[in-house]
Amino acid sequence: MSTTAEAIHGHDHHHAPLTGWRRWVFTTNHKDIGTMYLLFSLTMFIIGGAFAMIIRLELFQPGMQFVQPDFFNQMTTMHALLMVFGAVMPAWVGFANWMIPLQIGAPDMALPRMNNWSFWILPAAFTVLLSTLFFDSGAPASGWTMYPPLMLQTGDAFPFAIFAVHMMGISSIMGAINVIATVLNMRAPGMSLLKMPMFAWTWLITAYLLIAVMPVLAGAVTMLLTDRFFGTTFFTAAGGGDPVLYQHVFWFFGHPEVYIMILPAFGIVSEVIPTFARKKLFGYHAMVYATAAIAFLSFIVWAHHMFTVGMPFSGEVFFMFTTMLISVPTGVKVFNWIATMWKGSMTFETPMLFALAFVFLFTIGGFSGLMLAIAPADFQYHDTYFVVAHFHYVLVPGAVFALMAATYYWLPKWTGNMYSEKLGRIHFWWSAISVNLLFFPQHFLGLAGMPRRIPDYSTQFADFNMWSSIGGFAFGLAQLFFIYVIWHTYRGGVGKATAQVWEGAHGLEFRVPSPAPHHTWDEPPVIREDDQDVHS
Amino acid sequence: MCFTKLKAALRWLTAFALSAASSSALADYTLNMPKGATDISGEVYGLHMLLFWVCVGIGIVVFSAMIVSIILHRRSRNPEPAKWHHNTTVEVIWTTIPFIILIVVAIPAARTLIKMEDFRQSDISIKVTGIQWKWKYDYLLHDENGQERGFGFYSTLDAESNRIRQTRSGLDPWSKENYLLEVDNPLVVPVGKKVRLLLTAADVIHAWWVPEFAVKKDAIPGYINEIWFRVTKPGIYRGQCAELCGRDHAFMPIVVHAVPEEEYEAWVREQQEKAGVLASADGEAAAAEPQEWNMEYAMRQGEKVYTQMCASCHMATGEGLAAAGYPALKGSAIATGDLAAHLDIVLHGKPNTAMMAFGGLMSDEDIAAVVTYERNAWGNDTGDLVEPSDIAAAR
Repeated sequence: MSTTAEAIHGHDHHHAPLTGWRRWVFTTNHKDIGTMYLLFSLTMFIIGGAFAMIIRLELFQPGMQFVQPDFFNQMTTMHALLMVFGAVMPAWVGFANWMIPLQIGAPDMALPRMNNWSFWILPAAFTVLLSTLFFDSGAPASGWTMYPPLMLQTGDAFPFAIFAVHMMGISSIMGAINVIATVLNMRAPGMSLLKMPMFAWTWLITAYLLIAVMPVLAGAVTMLLTDRFFGTTFFTAAGGGDPVLYQHVFWFFGHPEVYIMILPAFGIVSEVIPTFARKKLFGYHAMVYATAAIAFLSFIVWAHHMFTVGMPFSGEVFFMFTTMLISVPTGVKVFNWIATMWKGSMTFETPMLFALAFVFLFTIGGFSGLMLAIAPADFQYHDTYFVVAHFHYVLVPGAVFALMAATYYWLPKWTGNMYSEKLGRIHFWWSAISVNLLFFPQHFLGLAGMPRRIPDYSTQFADFNMWSSIGGFAFGLAQLFFIYVIWHTYRGGVGKATAQVWEGAHGLEFRVPSPAPHHTWDEPPVIREDDQDVHS
Repeated sequence: MCFTKLKAALRWLTAFALSAASSSALADYTLNMPKGATDISGEVYGLHMLLFWVCVGIGIVVFSAMIVSIILHRRSRNPEPAKWHHNTTVEVIWTTIPFIILIVVAIPAARTLIKMEDFRQSDISIKVTGIQWKWKYDYLLHDENGQERGFGFYSTLDAESNRIRQTRSGLDPWSKENYLLEVDNPLVVPVGKKVRLLLTAADVIHAWWVPEFAVKKDAIPGYINEIWFRVTKPGIYRGQCAELCGRDHAFMPIVVHAVPEEEYEAWVREQQEKAGVLASADGEAAAAEPQEWNMEYAMRQGEKVYTQMCASCHMATGEGLAAAGYPALKGSAIATGDLAAHLDIVLHGKPNTAMMAFGGLMSDEDIAAVVTYERNAWGNDTGDLVEPSDIAAAR
């Protein structure tokens, strides 16, 4: 993207980047790999979004107007797999690649060749997964949770889906190893751990979560594979196995997984709000400890996804109480963000708008999360649209809005051009209004008794479903507009960006020119005790 | 108070939009969890509202602070930002207060949970089996002498909803009252009695849920899960399967008729008579008149069983659904070829597919009838009449 001339300028010990397709396929440069991750995740976001449009189209009215129930189940399954493993997770790895070396003063990621490999596994994995849509027996249709025995009924797609999940897991683990190795070994002199930007901190903790749980998921799906093909009966009651075992193993992965998607978002918001409030992050140390506390708690709450599975009373009480505890460190984060805003001198550029909407709407998702933690009430909420509303609130106006805030925040640093503030604000308001129209009515649907993962519903649920679908279509269109805004910026935007980009920005990434040259921090920056660019 | 107003405002808004968007009468949609028809469901509703108001309270504090800050602490009003960036006292306070709120909420929650988990001294036990895509109810009844007097039946989506819900049927869901929430044979329970359900499944995991009773639990193959409810007022209560169980997950509703005790007793007697388990005056079971087994009878009976047990995958026309991997029976090698192979797949199923082992679910007579039907319907015309004794031999 940036010109080769700039990249080789003054760095004769580097080779010039290759040109054409070879630059991208053989690259070991963290910026190129970060760009590829981000473009890949944007592609998956659009494809997964198209699946969501099919879901909302069928649910627009009662009755089955467009698809067969099997295909509907394939859409819900593929939508979730693509959004979780294809859009949100790779997007965070993309940001980590691009920004962590810049933020901690490192010349590149610690393991550049592995970095290349961990990216290129992903297109292969998702090609395998998406190809199952063209099979006669269709794509997997048992939900992204892949519960047996239903998952074992999958047609020819079964081994392909599992192989794809294995590949995604390998890619994530390698990405995580790379982040840990980089953060622990390659910080500039003087950049102690407790001076790191919050994004680097949240990613470091996320990376440990990834290493801890991705092998657990791999184990769970491998047991599915051997149950189907090698005569084992881990999950088959008829052979002495236990279908519930899968759920325990899956959610031991699955709960930390949701924090894998949200912790880097906390990091982004903790950088964007101080920049535009022109005030240091309130309670930096508390923020780091709260992140670590959330990560620890994520390992001991998994069975709250399974309150209706028939656990003993003691188990239900334990998981109810530990789950409720999560709201304490999460609350600390929200309070600290507001304290950062307090008495600041705020301006509301697009990244700030997305960050503030994040705090607002993620908190609403947190409230429904607290309600879901209460086991006796969860018996009513479980597997209804109330749950769908909850996790979409934390993932869309939560994680995805943070991704958008980060994109607008650093786009000038990547392209060297300022995006159009007017277009950015249109994108923000369009998204923020439609996302609430899309997901807020789903709370009512769930409370009124509509189960999730159904392609058709009783007429009493018709009104709110129609509202939700209209919101869905509007939100989908807004994201095509987002792509236009990015393209517009890449093509020149509204003018050149300065190195500083944002008046109130601190951080080492704003000491390098915009666009960031191909190689940065060959000479590590020097961090002094009173340096304004680091936290203290 | 303000919530009522908010509700009214929301109703008005929705009504306004609806009158523009749809010609249908205003639906009796609800915005909130039902208070329900049992004491427990009332308690759960109370917990839900407690949590809701706690969240509203915290929300008002947090969001007001945000809004005030957004208004007052913008650059145009406050050009010089403050320099402070931590304060141990407030951080301790806002870690402690949520903790106290949690304890206040946790106590009533645990208390309700204890009540829900108390299965002792139930009056009636009913075994509920989830099957793709229907429910089977078995009443576990005994007389004073310990003699088994139980009976069971399948409960499937009503025929009219089933016609309407076919993709591109062109039929109007609004024309059917309780669309998708009606069954052929509802569960019948007495009011005021503690009814215990024993949940299990024959194939994949299902979940039994009636919102008005505030009970939802998974029905899992190889497990027996328990739930209980004591309905306080007579009525018809509706629910749905709540765990994704494959193609027709949306189409296996639950309907419970809660009736006064005398009515329940009368219904039970009727069912026992039908099932031939009722003790007659001289102490012998009054078995139904034995039916002569012939082609006409087997085909009629077989069609009934086929519609209930097989048609959701193999379709009423016997043509299957290739796109979903469900093979046709019409003209198929299995249904027109070797009888032993046909019986084997019906009795023992096909691993890793929705074709479950029906041997344990159906009587010899029903299997004989349905296999006869499959071998002679849709122009299969093998002429085979399968006898119930053939099934007993093949088991």
